[in-house]
Amino acid sequence: MSVRILTVEDDERIRTAVSLALQEEGWEVEETSNGEDALASFSRQPSDVVLIDIMLPGIDGFEVCRRIRRLGDVPIVMVTARLDSHDVVAGLEAGADDYLRKPFDQKELAARVRALLRRSKTIGSTSNFLFDQLEIIADEGMVRVNGKEVHLTRTEFKLLIELATNSGKVLSREDLLERVWGYDYFGDSRLVDVHVRRLRTKIEMDPANPKYVVTVRGLGYKLKTQF
Amino acid sequence: MPNEKNDQTETLSYKLKLGLRTRISLFFAVGGLLVSIGLSGVTLVLTRQQLIDSRETAASAFASTNATRLSNQLTPDSSVEDLPSIVDSMTKIEGSQRLIRIGNHWLPSQELDREDIPENILERVTELKAGQLRAEINGKTRLVLGIPLQVFDAAYFAIVDLTDLEETLDDLRIILFGAGAGVTSLAALLGWWISRRTLRPLRNVREAAEAIAGGRLDTRLIRQSDPDLDRLSESFNEMARALEERIHRDARFASEVSHELRSPLTTLKASVGVLESRKNELSKRSQTALDLLSRDLERFNRLVSELLEISGYDAGAASLELEEVNVAQFIQAATRNDTSITYMLPARADSLVINVDKRRLARALSNLIDNAHRYGNGPTVIEVLTNENSIEIAVEDAGPGISKEERKIIFDRFSRGSSSGQRGDAGGTGLGLSLVQEDVRLHGGKVWVENLKATKSETGSRFVIKLPTIKEEL
Repeated sequence: MSVRILTVEDDERIRTAVSLALQEEGWEVEETSNGEDALASFSRQPSDVVLIDIMLPGIDGFEVCRRIRRLGDVPIVMVTARLDSHDVVAGLEAGADDYLRKPFDQKELAARVRALLRRSKTIGSTSNFLFDQLEIIADEGMVRVNGKEVHLTRTEFKLLIELATNSGKVLSREDLLERVWGYDYFGDSRLVDVHVRRLRTKIEMDPANPKYVVTVRGLGYKLKTQF
Repeated sequence: MPNEKNDQTETLSYKLKLGLRTRISLFFAVGGLLVSIGLSGVTLVLTRQQLIDSRETAASAFASTNATRLSNQLTPDSSVEDLPSIVDSMTKIEGSQRLIRIGNHWLPSQELDREDIPENILERVTELKAGQLRAEINGKTRLVLGIPLQVFDAAYFAIVDLTDLEETLDDLRIILFGAGAGVTSLAALLGWWISRRTLRPLRNVREAAEAIAGGRLDTRLIRQSDPDLDRLSESFNEMARALEERIHRDARFASEVSHELRSPLTTLKASVGVLESRKNELSKRSQTALDLLSRDLERFNRLVSELLEISGYDAGAASLELEEVNVAQFIQAATRNDTSITYMLPARADSLVINVDKRRLARALSNLIDNAHRYGNGPTVIEVLTNENSIEIAVEDAGPGISKEERKIIFDRFSRGSSSGQRGDAGGTGLGLSLVQEDVRLHGGKVWVENLKATKSETGSRFVIKLPTIKEEL
């Protein structure tokens, strides 16, 4: 069963070029030119990865991202023309796992998609974790807080696993960027920051005063073991 | 070249400024001088006249009175021997002497006698007319009065000493001179002060103009309370505003153009990527064409990217995203642990953390390293120096070095190294160093090129980035 990638891009030539590039990698591509078509297509048959351009006519890219995110934990990559903090952060907060800046080349695109597909498989660690009321059942990909199941995206899950595997230890943003996203030192640490924020919204009672995932100023983040 | 022009205009404006202030002060000083000379002159002349006139009138009246008294006391039989007693009865005044002729005999005074009397007076008196004149007798200025005593064939002469008058006038002259000098100095000071006050708004305008030229487009002049100066301020501010708007508009334009270029670039890049992966399906010639296409596309892309960044600065839209960066790790990552470079870091670099925009600083450092590779035969040393509240990161190479003239323009946009002209694989866009400068400036820092410090080689360059920072050590 080959991998299906959904692209949402209104510029026709870019759409075609991107399809070509993805097909070169041996993936199937479902092309859409606006938000409504994308949502319709996804509802009919969910793809394995979704590529969304922020600048769309009609429903904007962020909204498409949010709606697809609500339907599941499919990996989403936002495509942006700007490195503007606002766009990147908004895209990440809308539920994207990563972002790509235009113009990108085929290699970058392929690398990004492959990294996301790798995250689809169950995470390497098979041990389970219990931190007070936070339960992580790694091989099932399930997380429970106070007995209730919490739905995390694959990236959020991977992030949590990394913190859990190194519980009590501080992981720097660069560490996390590398372990979770596969970026080097100069990756965008906003990816980490926003995902930690998202994680906290889902597993913490009070996200503003986190109990489990704490910030260590000047160093990074860690998952606490003493409560 | 631009710097030479600056120097020239600077000297010129400096001269002008000196000239104007000095000119105004001089003008006032000369004015003061003329006025004091005029006033002194007039005062002296009038006073002299006044003093002499009044002295002459008094002396004349006195002499008449005395002559009449003498006449009353003389008899037809009187002779010279009678005179002393008559003279004794007359009132004497300070500084005056009298001579009397009776018949052919003369009664001289203590000091003077007949020979001392000027001829004119003698003649007049002989003609039986009274006369007076000023003359110098025995070295002193005197007033000589002669009154004939008709009835007795006698004559009365009074000689009044005017020396004290002269002394008074001399004193006056000195005082007036002193006053004149004082007035002139005061006038000069006044002129200087006034010119300073008047020129201060001009200095403000000059400083504002310099600020704007230096890039601070939002500089404006504060309103003065003076209607004339206000108009100047208003016009200036209007000009500044128009300039700022124009520059922002240009920058926004550049920014929009760059954005628009990204869409076709995306298609181009993606498509070229596809072609690259199927390169072996192409003929030899097509492969070469693809290579060219690919490489220049890369350069084009970089240029658009950099243009976008630069126009961001110009439009005032660039912002810093600060994060805590560990210096040692940062350098390591930026140089990809290139072992051909010598790293000189301060003692506790491992725990040295600074607050910077990681992306920008990384790009800046990377640009310097690229430059070293491109024009300097590769970087040799990277040195980090820390000071009280700043940090310096220096990149040295052992290449041909950079001449003094080039150093001035090297950070300008679109200026290339000495290999400029060969656009081949040097691949530089000409914006690299400008971007470094803008990125560093955003941090409030400076970047410059100087002579080698760490490397022992003969030639080469040392680029230094200096950032102000409150560093924390953990």
